[in-house]
Amino acid sequence: MSSVTRLILKRLGISLIVLIGVSMLIFTIARIIPGDPARIALGPSASPEQVEVLREKLHLNEPLPLQYGYFLADLARGDLGVSLYTNRPVTADIAQFLPATLELVLLAGTMMILIGLPLGILSARYRNSWIDGTVRVISILGVSAPSFVWAVILMLLFAYFLPLFPVAGRISDSYAIPSVTGFLLVDTLAAGNIAAFANALSHLVLPAFALALSGIGQAARLTRANMVETYGRPYIEMARSYGFPERKIARRYAFRPSLIPSLTIIGLDFAAMLGNAFLVEAVFAWPGLSRYGVAVILRKDLNAIVGTVLVISAMFLIVNIIVDILIAIINPRIRLSQRST
Amino acid sequence: MSEPTLLIRDLHLSFRTYTGIIDVLHGISLHIAKGERVALVGESGSGKSVTARLIIGLLQMARGTRVDGLLQFEGRDLEKLSQSERHALRGTRMSMIFQDPTSSLNPVYTVGAQFHEVLRRSAPGIGKTQAMERATALLDEVLIPDPARVLASYPFQLSGGMNQRVMIAMALANEPSLLIADEPGTALDVTVQAQTLKLMRDVVTRHGTSVLFISHNLGVVREFADRVYVIYKGRLVEQARTDDLFDNPQHPYTQALMRAIPRITGGGIPDIEEASERFHEPLIVHESCGEPGGAR
Ligand SMILES: Nc1ncnc2c1ncn2[C@@H]1O[C@H](COP(=O)(O)OP(=O)(O)O)[C@@H](O)[C@H]1O
Ligand SMILES: [Mg+2]
Repeated sequence: MSSVTRLILKRLGISLIVLIGVSMLIFTIARIIPGDPARIALGPSASPEQVEVLREKLHLNEPLPLQYGYFLADLARGDLGVSLYTNRPVTADIAQFLPATLELVLLAGTMMILIGLPLGILSARYRNSWIDGTVRVISILGVSAPSFVWAVILMLLFAYFLPLFPVAGRISDSYAIPSVTGFLLVDTLAAGNIAAFANALSHLVLPAFALALSGIGQAARLTRANMVETYGRPYIEMARSYGFPERKIARRYAFRPSLIPSLTIIGLDFAAMLGNAFLVEAVFAWPGLSRYGVAVILRKDLNAIVGTVLVISAMFLIVNIIVDILIAIINPRIRLSQRST
Repeated sequence: MSEPTLLIRDLHLSFRTYTGIIDVLHGISLHIAKGERVALVGESGSGKSVTARLIIGLLQMARGTRVDGLLQFEGRDLEKLSQSERHALRGTRMSMIFQDPTSSLNPVYTVGAQFHEVLRRSAPGIGKTQAMERATALLDEVLIPDPARVLASYPFQLSGGMNQRVMIAMALANEPSLLIADEPGTALDVTVQAQTLKLMRDVVTRHGTSVLFISHNLGVVREFADRVYVIYKGRLVEQARTDDLFDNPQHPYTQALMRAIPRITGGGIPDIEEASERFHEPLIVHESCGEPGGAR
């Protein structure tokens, strides 16, 4: 078994345990916060008898551990229960809303890496020059305001005053794209509709950029800081004494080793976007899981809350596993230490 | 007499800093003949490393440095070369060995990959197989037992002594005419240091490589160098053939250094008696030392 496979299995095992812990926690919290979910679902005009019937159906009168047992049994069958808010299976809701959020977060994460890392590299390579100064100002701006503030600013600037991008939504109503994967960028391409693809992309750019900005700033700052430190290492001087070109030194000698400490934090930032997406989705009327999550929490929609939190936690854990694998790939120390255990 | 590999005349160096100008080298003149092993010895802060970095051409790039004097390599005035001509010499005609072998190698690439990069300096198109063959031969030469395993290893998997040998092999990979060793192996165990120095001497002798060997410890120098320059606060104070210097040190500072040689060679920085006015006495050149054109 290869060392990376071993690492993946180990991390999957740990993640499963974490997920069980999260499910217990959120299951309990959702049930002990005040308010009767059955009453909220049925509205003020429902009779106490009706409420009682629903409570019985939801097992709300049973002791908590038993309720959790019912939940686990359903979960094993892939059933997260019915949402009291949409009256549909929670799994169906998630399947509908999750792709929109993932599309947003994935593009934002890609922006963070493709913009943030190069900015950091430039900044470190030309440190104390005007390039460095500019990058540092940009990154400070990026990290100093939360995503939803950027969402509002970007929307005002580039959708309202300068209408380059659409204000809200995922795609213009005029396009009818059959949903296959739920990812519009994929579905439009699958349908061979380039115009629709461009339209979906233009809807995606602003919210993704707003979500990415603080990550871009963070990635640039971190990369710069770690690279500047690495530039002081003896192996950089040795590389220079061998006359390696500065570009190669920047990439292979300064950037590669300093990516190892940066990557963990970049991974955490990436995962944190799932949470930050809540408010960005609200600003851009983005029909994603985060908006769904806020709606169901406000309505104390028990099944939907637990389902949403579980899915987001699972995403978080998957991102972490991917980051761990990447780190193991670029850091020979970790890769080799896995082999011996 | 044939062209010396390295000729330095009246080399001055100063740094411009926020607090003013610091003069570091006050006119250093030295030469290294073809195949000669020359030591530059002095306490820490005396200007040995900056001299090395001026020769290799790294210090000139830093901001705020002012360099004056003649640096001539194989008959060519280095300061008159273009940036790219100068660059082309590094790692090919001249190379350098550093103090701490393990931290001087890139931690995220294998020794083999790093050899490949070094070999590319003189043979840009060299393929992996060829590079590994050449690297194996080089590692054989520095008596590394299992070259294939070492080439596949990362520096952190090897001992300091092993990395030191790797560095020596790398430095000689492109057959440079000048090797600069800045306090090589000071970070290593004393016996390991002695072993690798002996090994290095054998290899450079075989290749006919000229060496500038930098150390703060006169004791280490004795086994290695043909000639010694003693440097004190940016000035050379004495130069002699190694035997002559040890038999008959004349400058007060050299005598102080001599007394400071630790019983067992190597180890930390020797304790030098308190700086004395007499250390500033003028340069003493032993007879038949052969500084062409006379030294300051
Ligand atoms: N970049 C620099 N800026 C200012 N002073 C420097 C710089 N590099 C070296 N120096 C000074 O030059 C002197 C000689 O340094 P160095 O050559 O490293 O000494 P050593 O003989 O121990 O190798 C020291 O006093 C050091 O502080
Ligand atoms: Mg030094």
